[in-house]
Amino acid sequence: MTKNNETTAVVNKIIPFSSVDGPGCRTAVFLQGCNINCRYCHNPETRKKCIACGECVLACPAGALKRVRDGGGSFRILWDREKCVGCDTCIKVCPHDASPRVRVMTPSQVMERIRRQIPFIRGISVSGGECMLYPKFLTELFTLARREGLGTLIDSNGTISFRDFPELLSVSDGVMLDIKAFDRADHLRITDAPNDTVLDNALFLGEQGKLYEVRFVIAPHLYDGRKSVEGAGRFLLDVYRQHPFRIKLIACRPMGVRRLYRDFRSPSGTELSMLRDLLTDLGYREILLI
Amino acid sequence: MRDISMERVNGTRQEILDIIKSSTLTHEQKMVCLAGKADSLLEVLDLPEGLDELLNAPIETQCICDLNEGHAPMRPRYIAPDYEKFLKEGSAFLQLEPPKDLFEALNALLIIYKHVPSITNYPVYLGQLDELLEPYIDTVDEQTARKLIRLFLLQIDRTILDSFSHADIGPRPTRTGLYILEAEKELEDAVPNLSLKYEEGVTDDAFMLSAIDCALHSAKPSFANHLMFQKELTDRYVIASCYNGLPLGGGSYTLCRLILGNIAKRASGIEDFKTRELPRVMEIMAAYMDERIRFEVEESGFFEHNFLIKEGLVSRDRFTAMFGLVGLAEAVNLLLEKEGRKGRFGHDQAANDLGVEIMDIIDAFNQSHVNPYCEVTGGHFLLHAQVGIASDIGVTPGTRIPIGEEPEELIDQLLVLSRFHHYFPSGTGDIFPIDVTVHRNPEYVLDIIKGSFRKNLRYLSFYSKDSDVIRVTGYLVKRSEMEKLDAGTAVLQDTTALGLGASKNGKILERKVR
Repeated sequence: MTKNNETTAVVNKIIPFSSVDGPGCRTAVFLQGCNINCRYCHNPETRKKCIACGECVLACPAGALKRVRDGGGSFRILWDREKCVGCDTCIKVCPHDASPRVRVMTPSQVMERIRRQIPFIRGISVSGGECMLYPKFLTELFTLARREGLGTLIDSNGTISFRDFPELLSVSDGVMLDIKAFDRADHLRITDAPNDTVLDNALFLGEQGKLYEVRFVIAPHLYDGRKSVEGAGRFLLDVYRQHPFRIKLIACRPMGVRRLYRDFRSPSGTELSMLRDLLTDLGYREILLI
Repeated sequence: MRDISMERVNGTRQEILDIIKSSTLTHEQKMVCLAGKADSLLEVLDLPEGLDELLNAPIETQCICDLNEGHAPMRPRYIAPDYEKFLKEGSAFLQLEPPKDLFEALNALLIIYKHVPSITNYPVYLGQLDELLEPYIDTVDEQTARKLIRLFLLQIDRTILDSFSHADIGPRPTRTGLYILEAEKELEDAVPNLSLKYEEGVTDDAFMLSAIDCALHSAKPSFANHLMFQKELTDRYVIASCYNGLPLGGGSYTLCRLILGNIAKRASGIEDFKTRELPRVMEIMAAYMDERIRFEVEESGFFEHNFLIKEGLVSRDRFTAMFGLVGLAEAVNLLLEKEGRKGRFGHDQAANDLGVEIMDIIDAFNQSHVNPYCEVTGGHFLLHAQVGIASDIGVTPGTRIPIGEEPEELIDQLLVLSRFHHYFPSGTGDIFPIDVTVHRNPEYVLDIIKGSFRKNLRYLSFYSKDSDVIRVTGYLVKRSEMEKLDAGTAVLQDTTALGLGASKNGKILERKVR
């Protein structure tokens, strides 16, 4: 996306200090829009771009939203940051998996917001939505961040090939990659998308030493986690031996999940521990259970 | 000695009887309280004019507070003996030879702790334990060393019944330091309070991660900005009591505090506060401290007769005093309100700027006030951001942002704090309860510490929001012990009662979790 020839991205949120988006204390940037449809998506309000339907304007208890005409006859939603009380009503009522509280920003505008956290942060992580929908933005942002001595991590669902963006990879420390399922049909059922590119990315990034972390969201109601973790574990073992990466096993929890998909059982600690043991037996070392 | 009224004598006699009959005080706690009542009947200090009205007032109007130091101070408030010298030379008074192995070293320390007085009657400084013990650590096998250190710490918790007792480690990583951290992580005890002096590049990350792991289990150690303290107090400094930076082999004669919010109540506006009310109260408090110090040095006899002095474990010329303050937040907010201006301390630039202006005035006053017995700190007191006491209501410790008003984002809070920590060589600090997910990312805390110290913060404490041991204001208590006391059962440590008071009056269980 460009504005006056400048690269921009739709930014959903910037968390100044995050403890859960990569190692150490990092500023996490969430970009708007996603190309797949995970049933258990925990931040569905980042999935799509706003279509200015106006549902949220009516629901907003603080009167912080307005629907205005946007030049050419289309509409857009204006968000008044000062009036907003952060109650999240807008994203709860949005029928479209979007949010009115977004800003179109350039990499240097985002960098300005990040700079405030120096020297408390060791790096930044960009997530989404799917941040790889904005590869040029990421490349520019990471270039700026590295200039300040910050680390740069990408959080991705892996459905967009990293082979096409060598310049981005050259300014990235690595990728935190989701493998939603190792089995192609499972992946399709969970996300509406196949996983060929995901698995290719895993191998490619692994070989390049750019695979920082692989994540499995364990959701027993959707797929066989054991089969998936074991399959992926064997599949990646060779690249792991070249360039070790960390593995996160995340219990799927209902918080934030869309109502339609919210009724399920979370896996127990024991179930996660069994998966960890399985990976440990294969030879993996750094495994976190979340 | 001046006479007092029979009415006051009888009032005190009733209080003495109440103490004797108390069901929630242990025997030791009763003894301490009784001694305090005896001392309260004395009138031997030559008090400055105007003090009475400012000192002897309810918490809503009190402007100067002497933190229960009593009417006839018979020893310095905080004493930080040179335990290294003690271990090297032994003690004639205690009839101890220099220890030759870890058994003897730990035994010698446990003995001397019983004989180090302070305001609490327990030692507020237990030594730089890692450096003290490292020379002995190879005199036994590793397993024995770990066990001995664990038992040593356990004994401290069960016999030094006050969590203002403070031990230090760092900045250099040592095996002893690591054993201490490992033991404390498991023990989850309130005593001793523990500080890790941190210096980037000297304290390695692995050691820090062990310390953070320990802190997320047992609310200690806290982290002290070593370079900052070293610059102000030289290498020979200690962190004692809550978080007090003091000269080693000396300590602090006294600590009094300005209650800034109440001083602001007396002022008609900002200018009146800055040029009239605050300077007047500071003058009176400094004169009061001067008199307390004079009595300790010239009349109490401590500096002639105590064995710590005679054996050179402390020396008179290494004592200073702490010029304390609380309630900067209340003062700023009230003064702005009086001026009809908007702004809350911790949130608005104008409010924070006013806070800095007030601190500059206090700092300048302190730099111009000379006490003949504070040679070690250039003849001046050291500023101290006092952490509050259990009976404080509506008084925010030091220059902290009030609980419940912390900025939404931790970064915003830290940037405010970075404007205030540098004023306080004799201690300030902030406390952050941490969400448990950080257990899986202790580097998160490490990065915050590193960044904070680069930004001139002085002292930081963390605890896990779910742990039993928590940091109240500067000291530690166990929630489980507070619950027992609240139900009317006597508990071992006297600080539990302070924690219980603070949890009811000071909202300490409601801090924003990070």
